Amino acid sequence: MMECWILNETLSIIVVLSWLGMNLFLFIDTFCWYEEEKSFFYTRVILGSTLAWARASALCLNFNCMLILLPVSRNLISFVRGTSMCCKGPWRRQLDKNLKFHKLVAYGIAVNATIHTVAHLFNLERFHVSQSEDAPALAAALSQLGNAPNESYLNPVRTLHTNTIVGLLTTTAGITGLVISLALILIMTSSTEFIRQYSYELFWCTHHVFIIFFISLAIHGLGRIIRGQTPESVLLHNVTFCRDRYAEWQAVGPCPVPQFSGQEPSAWKWFLGPVFVYACERIIRFWRFQQEVVITKVISHPSAVLELQMKKRDFKMAPGQYVLLQCAAISLLEWHPFTLTSAPQENFFSVHIRAAGDWTEALFKAFGAERHALQVPCSLPRLAVDGPFGASLTDVLHYPVSVCIAAGIGVTPFASLLKSLWYKCCEAPQHLKLSKVYFYWICRDAQAFEWFASLLLSLETQMHEQGNTHFLSYHIFLTGWDENQAIHIALHWDENTDVITGLKQKTFYGRPNWNNEFKEIAYSHPSSSIGVFFCGPKALSKTLQKMCRLYSSADPRGVHFYYNNDSF
Amino acid sequence: MGQIEWAMWANEQALASGLILIAGGIVATAGRFAQWYFGAYSIVAGALVCLLEYPRGRRSKGSTMERCGQKYLAAVVKLFGPLTRNYYVRAVLHLLLSVPAGFLLATILGTVCLVIASGIYLLAAVRGEQWMAIESKPKERPQAEDIKQPPSNPPPRPPVEARKKPSEDEAAGGPQVNPIPVTDEVV
Repeated sequence: MMECWILNETLSIIVVLSWLGMNLFLFIDTFCWYEEEKSFFYTRVILGSTLAWARASALCLNFNCMLILLPVSRNLISFVRGTSMCCKGPWRRQLDKNLKFHKLVAYGIAVNATIHTVAHLFNLERFHVSQSEDAPALAAALSQLGNAPNESYLNPVRTLHTNTIVGLLTTTAGITGLVISLALILIMTSSTEFIRQYSYELFWCTHHVFIIFFISLAIHGLGRIIRGQTPESVLLHNVTFCRDRYAEWQAVGPCPVPQFSGQEPSAWKWFLGPVFVYACERIIRFWRFQQEVVITKVISHPSAVLELQMKKRDFKMAPGQYVLLQCAAISLLEWHPFTLTSAPQENFFSVHIRAAGDWTEALFKAFGAERHALQVPCSLPRLAVDGPFGASLTDVLHYPVSVCIAAGIGVTPFASLLKSLWYKCCEAPQHLKLSKVYFYWICRDAQAFEWFASLLLSLETQMHEQGNTHFLSYHIFLTGWDENQAIHIALHWDENTDVITGLKQKTFYGRPNWNNEFKEIAYSHPSSSIGVFFCGPKALSKTLQKMCRLYSSADPRGVHFYYNNDSF
Repeated sequence: MGQIEWAMWANEQALASGLILIAGGIVATAGRFAQWYFGAYSIVAGALVCLLEYPRGRRSKGSTMERCGQKYLAAVVKLFGPLTRNYYVRAVLHLLLSVPAGFLLATILGTVCLVIASGIYLLAAVRGEQWMAIESKPKERPQAEDIKQPPSNPPPRPPVEARKKPSEDEAAGGPQVNPIPVTDEVV
């Protein structure tokens, strides 16, 4: 458990450093090869170091283009998550950062593309210059090669008078290079955070330009215009001896005319696999879209919250996961994530949707929630469900004591968890390693989450019936209160149930004093490993991490708090 | 996608094009490529485009995220009035600026990107969009009524409701005036 926890904290850093290290290794290795390789000696005479810069960045581009499609293959990631064996927790959480990795690789592509383009701009200019009269002698001689029959050319620019732009646009590499750069720029300008939040559809549609990107990349090297000496020519033509005797190069003799050839395009070999995987991913998504989702119940909760209970064949979930919902009647392109609020033990899965934006409001209208009208099941709009995705909260069960803290909307994954815990408790309490759960819920006002409060109420009654009141101890903190509320609460303080929530546990007002809370928990469980799970804003996450470190005892046999980073 | 304001994307695209023009221009000028003076032009044109496009315009509905430090440039851009407000003018301006850079290989990418941005601006202009400066919200001052006066009488004090009454009641505070005559039963 301890080793997994350390791994969890540092795994992201390890992944990023490995990626960076691989890039640097490929770049430097290729760079040195092109700088020292004999067969490219004559090419280097004309081009200098920019040849190596261009080729090294090209290899890094191949590597990154191979990687970029993998983090966005959701179903592949779910598959890997389901089958990974060792240290499941930290690796699973790493898989949840797939979009961050996708962006990192995209930045890598942008940087390498810039280096590659600038290097080739210099290359083209130098090819051009070595056809002019004031070019150095060896370069001029090399550029003349290819004019006579039985000679292969080195310099793709054949005459001085070829305008570089015309030269670019008449080569495959030139046109595809321009198209690739353009595609990359269009993708990047429509993927800025502002545009993503402003119009997800624009981002998503423009992103499909990647198809043109990959096709152009596959044929980019077809022209084979970056050339080196053929292996046979290297054997016959000794570069160190012959390079100063360029006036004497003939078909036979000590220095035969060097022959050149280009390398075959290799980019496609790198990304053929991932392209195939991504194609399968899109097919799976489409198939999932076709699969039938049966809506068994629609419940309208107060404060504009809609609960949808659904069934789908072969749907398996774990608490804390989310699904993507799509409603064809509203938009064919938008898939929105919602955390699952039902337990795996139930025979349906449910989501609670709050009307907080265009799509959710349209969904409300479509389900007739606004009119409170009775809907006939077949008139309900058709939904498609993809998932479930995300890390599950099952790690909660692996600790003898768990502390779950939810702030605001972060309470939704815990709904699923608490229900699941309840079922587990009923079925087989002796198998449960977990013996105590502390649940903290901090929100501004409980109105939006009345459905959760009623869930807690039903759990409370059930626990009371089972005589198991010590298993779950929950504390609710309302941070947005005013004087009128305070008076009302003070007047009803002596009653058995809380006046706002109706629960036996009284609600607290203001923010929790984490020092006190952690102190008490540490005192009550002096030698346990305690898992801390949080879902909510980052500022509170930092505070809780600090608390965990502060109250973990230095004694290995003492109490230890393990903070599990939220990626639910 | 019907409700989208194309100008938002055109702005991002034009800003990127400006940066690419500057980069291409620097490469051409520093490397002393043939016809490098087009590169020098490209740096200037790119800088002009960046300065014009850096202040993001306001969305017609909803709040807009400002770019860091844009309000100074926004003030300058606003000065030009209809020249910068109207997207037709911007579309034509970008098209014209991009043409000379198209003669040099190092800057041709910038040209194509700027032409695309010009096209999107044309689309935005056709749909009647306009550049509007983001208004900064006036700082909310604490309302006088929110500040509660401290109690003016020492403890022990009657509860809040009774405490509030004296300030609102003009018939000065004093003993409670009973609406119904009360007599006690003690004789």
